[in-house]
Amino acid sequence: MDVFGFGIAIFDSGVRLAVPLLFACLAGLWSERSGVVDIGLEGKLLVAAFAAAAASHRFDSAWVGLAAGIAASIAFALVHGFAVISQRGNQIVSGVAINMLAAGLTALVGNAWYGQGGRTPPLEGAMRYQPLTLPGAEQAAAVPVVGRLYAYVVSGHSVLVYVAIAAVVATSFVLARTRFGLRLRAVGENPAAVDTAGISVTGLRYAAVVIAGVLCGMGGAYLSLDQAAAFLPLMTAGKGFIALAALIFAKWRAWPAFWTCLLFGLLDAVAIRLQGVVVPGVGQVPVQAIQALPYALTVILLAGFIGRAIPPRASGTPYVKER
Amino acid sequence: MSAGGEGAGSPEPAPSLELVGIDKRFGEVHANKAVDLVVRRGSIHGIVGENGAGKSTLMSIVYGFYEADAGEIRVNGRPVRIRAPREAIAAGIGMVHQHFMLVEPLSVLDNVMLGAEGGALLRAGARKARAELERLSTEYGLAIDPDAIVGDLPVGLQQRVELLKALVRGADILVLDEPTAVLTPEEADHLFRLLRVLASEGKTVILITHKLREIMAVTSRVSVMRRGEMVATLDTADTSPGQLAELMVGRRVLLRVEKGPARLGALRLQVQNLTVVDAKGTPRVRDVSFGVHAGEIVGVAGISGNGQSELLEALAGMRPIAGGRITLGSTEIGPELRDPHVLRRRGLLHVPEDRLRMGLVPPFEACESAILGFHEEERYRAGPLLSRDAVIEDTREKMESYDVRPPAPLLRTSKFSGGNQQKLVLAREIERSPKVLLVGQPTRGVDIGAIEFIHRRLVALRDAGVAILLVSVELDEIMGLADRVVVMCGGRVTGERLTSETDERELGLLMAGVSEQAA
Repeated sequence: MDVFGFGIAIFDSGVRLAVPLLFACLAGLWSERSGVVDIGLEGKLLVAAFAAAAASHRFDSAWVGLAAGIAASIAFALVHGFAVISQRGNQIVSGVAINMLAAGLTALVGNAWYGQGGRTPPLEGAMRYQPLTLPGAEQAAAVPVVGRLYAYVVSGHSVLVYVAIAAVVATSFVLARTRFGLRLRAVGENPAAVDTAGISVTGLRYAAVVIAGVLCGMGGAYLSLDQAAAFLPLMTAGKGFIALAALIFAKWRAWPAFWTCLLFGLLDAVAIRLQGVVVPGVGQVPVQAIQALPYALTVILLAGFIGRAIPPRASGTPYVKER
Repeated sequence: MSAGGEGAGSPEPAPSLELVGIDKRFGEVHANKAVDLVVRRGSIHGIVGENGAGKSTLMSIVYGFYEADAGEIRVNGRPVRIRAPREAIAAGIGMVHQHFMLVEPLSVLDNVMLGAEGGALLRAGARKARAELERLSTEYGLAIDPDAIVGDLPVGLQQRVELLKALVRGADILVLDEPTAVLTPEEADHLFRLLRVLASEGKTVILITHKLREIMAVTSRVSVMRRGEMVATLDTADTSPGQLAELMVGRRVLLRVEKGPARLGALRLQVQNLTVVDAKGTPRVRDVSFGVHAGEIVGVAGISGNGQSELLEALAGMRPIAGGRITLGSTEIGPELRDPHVLRRRGLLHVPEDRLRMGLVPPFEACESAILGFHEEERYRAGPLLSRDAVIEDTREKMESYDVRPPAPLLRTSKFSGGNQQKLVLAREIERSPKVLLVGQPTRGVDIGAIEFIHRRLVALRDAGVAILLVSVELDEIMGLADRVVVMCGGRVTGERLTSETDERELGLLMAGVSEQAA
């Protein structure tokens, strides 16, 4: 394989690994910009991945799977919303509860239904998303550089990858340019100002939490319907938490979130490629050390390289009208 | 209360705002008791009362923050139901809150548009709001940069944004809650001129304040509240500050402290070229020098946030200093002594500005709060333990001599009113016979009756030979209590005056940073 081909392969797998992160990160962005800390991204991804796989397997349709994943994620999001918005509960505690519930519930139900240690049967054919070939991609592959980039990097992903990128564009636009976006940004900073302006704080926050649910639903569905072609217990493997780190790294903004998730995805891809490679002077690096690389880098980046990341001021605090 | 009688000849126009029998309870607390109020169109109507008299609750009901348990609100003679701020805005009511309802990281324009965006996309509404701000700026002299970030603006301009929000929404009735607390006298005068212009154009202004001077200066009518009841509504021209104070408290009060000339003793506290830098590296106190003698009260005046708090904390040993010398008596306070505990033992006691954060522990029992920092003293000790009886007994005595109500040492600190909490802190600090007493905002959130008491105590302490440094944002308080005043602006001392040889106008200019020559 030539260097160009190798680069494309790394990039391609980086994109795949970045997609679920990106969905979760955007979900966190919506939620936290409205003032609701969402530590339950992981749980929502997981429950969506399971619901998507189970529904897709049952109805032989990835689209039905996607709908089920989104529905399950929204349901969990609403539980979180009810606990922290209506009941003014602690947002961290509720998020942790969501994660534990998701981990336990998916394994339990999965085992009861399929008896394969919590896995779903492998998904085949229409049960999973297939790569799309964009128009003209096959012809373009013959053209050097630009054509190959189009054919191998731009084209050839499943529909959810394109949806993820569209979600970045939409998030950025809605937050900056629309009435809803202005109100949402305001409610995450000073809900009292929003309340006195005659706008419902509760309504805005529920809207944000549901949007987070939809995005996590798509992220989870991508995991089981595209990446793994089955549901595996705990298959999210901390992606929801890495997405939170990416969110801080991106300072709660949409495009930086996109680049951060892509970076994390690429790091992951490089780490996978480097396994078993002999590094001159060091010898063969242990697999574990390479797997730890993205996480170590995350810690280093978060600790030193991004400057002050100031969260939305009201995030984490329930809104109580002052007496 | 008689509201009729005027407007002879033509039929009297309906009052702009009318409240009939407004009643509101919060659990045990009866915040508003069948309150009636008539506010005439085009008037500036003052509402005064002590803290907790129910002014803010009443206005919160008008603005739809709370719904009254009973009663009726009429706007221009028509009964309206106001269950949410949205409905108040629709009825033409605008409010400038004491704690600004602004989103600091957003621009002025975004703040003005919030809730009145004029469409799902911001672009068209933004153009309109920009034009409207332009118009208001030329018409009323309310210039502001629409693209400035609100959090970067000084408080005076932030308040302007609050006012502009209400005006852009076309408010006919403007409610201002303690608007001058954050303003220089100069800025306050500008605000009052603006309110008069607005009133002359037919807008109605309701001004909530506890500063009687402002009521006298700007309002045409004034209503007094006491313990949830509306006790009187008067024409301002027919009343006096003394009468209003009496109505507020329910008894006669002395507004001015009686004090003789100061008899200065030795120099007790000397500050030379003091510089204090905050955690972000911004200098807060720059090259400040002054001294305080035994037997005098030196006031530190300035608009809140100009370095007075940092000065006070540095002197109390709570904040590191970046340069300069502090001398207590004849000892220089080197780094090894710069510790609140050590300084207190050396006779430098401190009544902090923010009593709930630094002076007391709100969830503690009063007797526990009353010995904070002195709990190691021999008299509270019972072997290795704290003697609860001694602590309670000691607090009971203090409560009696400082007239703390209720005199209940076991009551939770947070259950006391602001004035009584402050008396508790004062009692604790003063009883240790200070050589130097640092006092920050002694009467913030304290009602008139207690202010009188606290002021008398401070003067008595001065006459007993204590050196007192008084930091206050209330110019009236500085003028009434201090013998000498140091004015701060932007962390620097912009002037030092004997209170007998200056006036509020001059101090106001110094507070605004206008140079000595110009002042």
